[in-house]
Amino acid sequence: MSRLIKMGLAAALECLKSGNVDIPGAIITGTALGSIGDSGAFLKLITESDEENLSPTHFIQSTHNAVSAQIALTLKCHGYNQTYVHKGISFESALLDGVLYLKEGNTGGVLVGGTDEITDISFVILNRLGVIRRDPVSNLDLFKGKTRGTIEGEGAAFFLLSEKESMDNMAELVSGYTFYNPESHLEIEGEISSFLMRNALELKDIDLVITGKSGDAVNDRIYLLLAGSYFRGNPLANYKHLCGDYPTSSSFALWLACIILSGREVPPVIIEGGYQLSRPDKILIYNHYYNKYHSLMLVSTYKGVP
Amino acid sequence: MGQGVFVAGLGAITAIGNNVPECYCSLEQSKAGIGDIQFLDTVHKGEIPVGEVKMDNQELGVIAGISGEFSRTILLSLIAAKEALADSEIDTSGSLRVGLVSANTVGGIDKTEDFFKDFLKDPAKGRLRKVFDHECGCITEMVADQLGIRRFMTTISTACSSSANSIAYGARLIRNNLLDVVISGGADTLTRYTLNGFNSLMILDHGLCRPFDDDRQGLNLGEGSAFLVLVSESVAKNLIHKPYCELKGYYNSNDAFHQTASSPEGTGPFLAMKGSLAGSGFLPQEMDYINLHGTGTPNNDAAEGRAILKLFGPNYPPGSSTKAYTGHTLGACGAIEAVFSILALKYSIVFPNLRFKTPMNGIPFLPVKELRKNIPVNNVMTNSFGFGGNCTSLIFSRY
Repeated sequence: MSRLIKMGLAAALECLKSGNVDIPGAIITGTALGSIGDSGAFLKLITESDEENLSPTHFIQSTHNAVSAQIALTLKCHGYNQTYVHKGISFESALLDGVLYLKEGNTGGVLVGGTDEITDISFVILNRLGVIRRDPVSNLDLFKGKTRGTIEGEGAAFFLLSEKESMDNMAELVSGYTFYNPESHLEIEGEISSFLMRNALELKDIDLVITGKSGDAVNDRIYLLLAGSYFRGNPLANYKHLCGDYPTSSSFALWLACIILSGREVPPVIIEGGYQLSRPDKILIYNHYYNKYHSLMLVSTYKGVP
Repeated sequence: MGQGVFVAGLGAITAIGNNVPECYCSLEQSKAGIGDIQFLDTVHKGEIPVGEVKMDNQELGVIAGISGEFSRTILLSLIAAKEALADSEIDTSGSLRVGLVSANTVGGIDKTEDFFKDFLKDPAKGRLRKVFDHECGCITEMVADQLGIRRFMTTISTACSSSANSIAYGARLIRNNLLDVVISGGADTLTRYTLNGFNSLMILDHGLCRPFDDDRQGLNLGEGSAFLVLVSESVAKNLIHKPYCELKGYYNSNDAFHQTASSPEGTGPFLAMKGSLAGSGFLPQEMDYINLHGTGTPNNDAAEGRAILKLFGPNYPPGSSTKAYTGHTLGACGAIEAVFSILALKYSIVFPNLRFKTPMNGIPFLPVKELRKNIPVNNVMTNSFGFGGNCTSLIFSRY
């Protein structure tokens, strides 16, 4: 079993266990690149062996749906099974499908996850593309200074979305939204305001904003601009210095938000600018992917049936 | 559940035609497009037959209206998506909420393969431009940019059922009132990656594939792209020409048996077909045609055959696999075969299952052997099953 499949399966099974569900109604995952360990290995095999006498193992494991499929196979789950592969909003796409699945009246809960991995080959290519920090940097110093490049990462985070009201629920996923290719930071602010308004909220109602700062000067320009103006009154938090940057890293941010809302202390390491935060009630996650794909996720404390 | 979803436009490019009318012409004349490799750069030329689109990348680029340097998957996608949108005659520049849901299995790996030749010799070598189309999502993004779609886009990859799922998801986005118009479909191009992958699995027929035949030896790979323009009921009412049909049913189920093999009893295929019937409200006997997944591999056709036996027996609707014409186009086959099924509805026609001779042992269901014209075709089902157990069936009905 390949690394990505192992990561995905391990996170999925732990998620189901913590949610006390044996077999969910649906399994939906997002991955931008799929199992690049296997696709890289199979490409290498083809090239080096001149297309002769190949073993199919890496090819089989490299299909992008391998994680969703392996979870279904392990659980013997015949339910709805889907995989989204859309760059920096692969996880958000999976999440939207999961929400729609429940809105359509389906039951049993939906397992939704985001997975991506880093490999020797992808590291070399990303490094050549200038995505990775050239000089060694401590993750705790990632946001200091104005340098190009980030720390690349990988991971798998899974969520059990439930249609049921239960005091065991960790948090409420209020809403999610993505938008594409905004022309200016004003358009970004407008999109965030409209998103909040559609949920009958204003910026002042948000107790914590988790943003996708990566330590790359160009990537972070938008976050810095918004931090100095639009988000000036909001406590801000970072997460990519903990998990690294990867296309489905927003799933890590959502996991972080959920554990905070379920009652855990806000880890001081994520808070920017020395804010003292006790118990946030509403958390907004804002991430962008190369300023093309912008994603918003709003989560709040689960309050149960009124 | 919700409002109806209608098909307003079609686009397709395959081994049997560069657009929908050309594909229809080949289907009607029982002309297959499978043969020796002409365009793919591989050592297997002359040894493994495939269903290639009959143009090189430069020629495709001219039709697509972009440089032929892009991944062939982008070129094929753009040609089919533009055809579908033009066919629908919908003005996407107005107030309609328009989205794109596309699907593929290997993105622009055709370019990455070229990159790897230099890169493996020296990690500092290889033109980086060649990895820019690598991700599956890059294909969709390029099509969206070219069509001017900003509101919504995503990409699905569930192996050989990918674009059947993009059609089902497009319908759900409309039914959930998130969008008014969704261009749904997918593409895959022939690559050394997939050709060698399937060859290493030893499921390629070195002759012409024979779906559902007892002597079948495996599949022929193909390439292509197809898109459907799906619209809501209110958009359908205001179309310049009436919609082709209504998407009445769709269902996605997992076989949960093996990463690459179907369960012997065809659990996933059975659940997908049964679920799509339940969603559409039709009885099995109301299906006038099934476009089979029918890859020609011993395993798939036996599992699909048993599932059909269980669901439809003993009164089988006419069925055929059109992969004998196009080859197995992987992530594109769901959308390509949806287009073919809709053509069967439109022209009241059932396409024959080419090269069928000997019935499969123990499966009384026989595919159609000759072209049937002027017969009632009101409801059609199309099946797509993939690696990882991903099974999806769609049902379209006359408008």
